[in-house]
Amino acid sequence: MPLTTNTILICAGGACISAGEKSVKDALEEELKKYGLDEVVRVIETGCMGACTLGPIAVIYPEGVFYQKLTPEAAKEIVEEHILKGRIVEKHLYKAPEGKPVPRVHEEVPFFKKQVKIVTRNLGIIDPTKIEEYIARDGYFALAKALQMKPEDVIREIKDSGLRGRGGAGFPTGLKWELAAKQKAERKFVVCNADEGDPGAFMDRSILEGDPHAVIEGMAIAAYAIGAQKGFVYVRAEYPLAIERLNIALEQAREYGFLGENIMGTDFFFDIEIRIGAGAFVCGEETALMASIEGERGQPRVKPPYPVEKGLWGYPTVINNVETLANVPWIIRNGAKEFRKYGTETSPGTKVFALAGKVKNTGLVEVPMGITLRELIYEIGGGIAGDKKLKAVQTGGPSGGCIPAEYIDTPVDFESLQKLGAIMGSGGMIVMDEDDCMVDVARFFLEFTVEESCGKCTPCREGTKKMLEILEKITSGEGTEEDIEELEKLANVIKDTSLCGLGQTAPNPVLSTLRYFRDEYLAHVREKKCPAKKCKALISYVIDPEKCVGCTACARVCPVQCISGQVRQPHVIDQAECVRCGSCIEVCRFGAISKVTPALPVEEAVE
Amino acid sequence: MGKVKSLEELMKIKEQALKDLQLRGETGKRGKITVAMGTCGIAAGAKETLKAIVEALNEHGVDDVAVVQSGCMGLCEVEPTVEVRLEGQEPVVYGRVTPENAKRIVKMHILEGRVVEDLVVKRGEV
Ligand SMILES: Cc1cc2nc3c(=O)[nH]c(=O)nc-3n(C[C@H](O)[C@H](O)[C@H](O)COP(=O)(O)O)c2cc1C
Ligand code: SF4
Ligand code: SF4
Ligand code: FES
Ligand code: FES
Repeated sequence: MPLTTNTILICAGGACISAGEKSVKDALEEELKKYGLDEVVRVIETGCMGACTLGPIAVIYPEGVFYQKLTPEAAKEIVEEHILKGRIVEKHLYKAPEGKPVPRVHEEVPFFKKQVKIVTRNLGIIDPTKIEEYIARDGYFALAKALQMKPEDVIREIKDSGLRGRGGAGFPTGLKWELAAKQKAERKFVVCNADEGDPGAFMDRSILEGDPHAVIEGMAIAAYAIGAQKGFVYVRAEYPLAIERLNIALEQAREYGFLGENIMGTDFFFDIEIRIGAGAFVCGEETALMASIEGERGQPRVKPPYPVEKGLWGYPTVINNVETLANVPWIIRNGAKEFRKYGTETSPGTKVFALAGKVKNTGLVEVPMGITLRELIYEIGGGIAGDKKLKAVQTGGPSGGCIPAEYIDTPVDFESLQKLGAIMGSGGMIVMDEDDCMVDVARFFLEFTVEESCGKCTPCREGTKKMLEILEKITSGEGTEEDIEELEKLANVIKDTSLCGLGQTAPNPVLSTLRYFRDEYLAHVREKKCPAKKCKALISYVIDPEKCVGCTACARVCPVQCISGQVRQPHVIDQAECVRCGSCIEVCRFGAISKVTPALPVEEAVE
Repeated sequence: MGKVKSLEELMKIKEQALKDLQLRGETGKRGKITVAMGTCGIAAGAKETLKAIVEALNEHGVDDVAVVQSGCMGLCEVEPTVEVRLEGQEPVVYGRVTPENAKRIVKMHILEGRVVEDLVVKRGEV
């Protein structure tokens, strides 16, 4: 038994690792050793704690003190001051929006306080490489319980919980299992979809990295419920840490007898294999995913038949998302009724979101369904960065849509979002402010779709390309009103005629921005204006001679040297040469440079 | 580790693992032992004291008392000093806590609830 006084949990999630977590950890350990404290202070790497913008982060127990933006120097100081002398190092503490340092973050910071943790309950708490820690937090008790129930009772519990798939479409999980269970077949499969192709989404990765056993346990329960003997986790190759932790966890689960033959002394047997995908977005689509597991090219096929009827190698297969599966043990342990205490009637439970964009706190958050966008953005997200005005929220990634600011009191659940032309999707949530151009947003997502279309069907292959061309035309100031009509028509055709979900949902970003921000499209084509002053072709940078003090800062950063002027004299920008990189506006400390739209005609600007 | 064959076996693993986890202090604790680890405390042997306390707690299976370090309590002449703070009781500061004394404190104060009078240097809030 280890002797411990303090435990330092350091986040080894992807974001924190790239922010330098390893060097912080090394510094911590070295320093602890120096003081002979390495035997009594444990340093544990955990999964993503959710506050990724603050990384590398660490929480020191038993006090629960939360340190952010750590460096090796900060680590040294923390060992010397906090661990050795019990003095909290203020300057490395998390700071509340008003600038006050907050030591005990989990109770005091709204970012954490408003969240309900079901799926992410172990993230940042346990060491994901130690099965014992998962067990200490009630791990594998749900499997033990399920194995004492009849499979149909397990399914009933999941049905009663109202759990809906977290991979995008929100299909009722219990119903899916029931359909698979009813099939008569010699073999059945359970697949965990960990492809996570949405740009900006990383909740599935975080769950796999931070609590892999929860997914394994969920899969084993699903397998028992439907009568499967074999499972696959389909995970993209870009997630090496998730794969590594999953491998360790699988090995431990086998050792303890939670996988393999005679699971927990019963005659149920089930094992899981990892399949690594190349990371094409379409491979997350279930039929393409199955083709990929079977060793074919990851291309979708027509449904029906659905995977629950004819899945892997023609056998009934249940495919569930990582987050969906991670909900399962909790539900079996606590019961459907307890689960329904969170969320809404039709969308029970919680949802994990990757909060990104123009909010102060970005990161991973788990909230009860039905929470309003306002609470999510202002209380958990801490409000709009730079105190700008909220313009819209984009949910559901490339398959989703934009919700304008006036709907800020909309509850976040499957139906409400759908009604507004957005979707829950897998949980990407990008907050946009007045500096974001909605036409450009649509263009961004379409660019992604065009790149990711597998090319099997024409509407998706050709249609999305055509849409992208039109959007590019509009953002470069060449668009016409007919283009907008054409764009809308195309969007509707592609939606109805594409083969798989990728093509069917690709027009959503365009349709939803057209629905709420048509003005902005019109401004681009009629007045050649980009109201958000984002589209380069439609703006000019100008220097106000009244405000310019002639400090020359702008002239020095301009990469094309198009700014001229004497020291202490007003400067001017040569519009013909300007590449609109925006470097100058950032360095001017006198607010003399601004963006104007429409762009200045080049001849007039040069005086 | 052998295979888990029953709920009872799983329960046993949980209990053991929970103890380890609880030492991290995230669950309810009945009390806290603070070892002063200022420069003077360390010079007087506070590190050995700290180890002895943790060992004694583990030996007796006490998992609901946290052990933390603090800076100098300002009682340098009686270092190493240790404060014992149990729920619902006034805190007691002990002085000259050698490893042997530390074991006595754990045994008497933590386990039996009796203050070790001969070591007390201060009672009540500092
Ligand atoms: C283009 C496309 C990409 C998808 N990518 C994913 C993905 O990365 N992860 C995922 O779980 N589901 C993805 N889905 C949804 C899956 O096809 C499937 O519905 C889901 O995995 C079912 O699990 P659930 O019921 O637990 O949500 C994608 C669908 C489409 C059309
Ligand atoms: S940085 Fe601003 S103030 Fe300085 S020369 Fe340029 S425009 Fe003028
Ligand atoms: S926008 Fe770029 S190119 Fe134009 S003046 Fe500023 S720095 Fe130069
Ligand atoms: S990766 Fe560390 S908080 Fe997200
Ligand atoms: S090309 Fe893949 S869905 Fe159409």
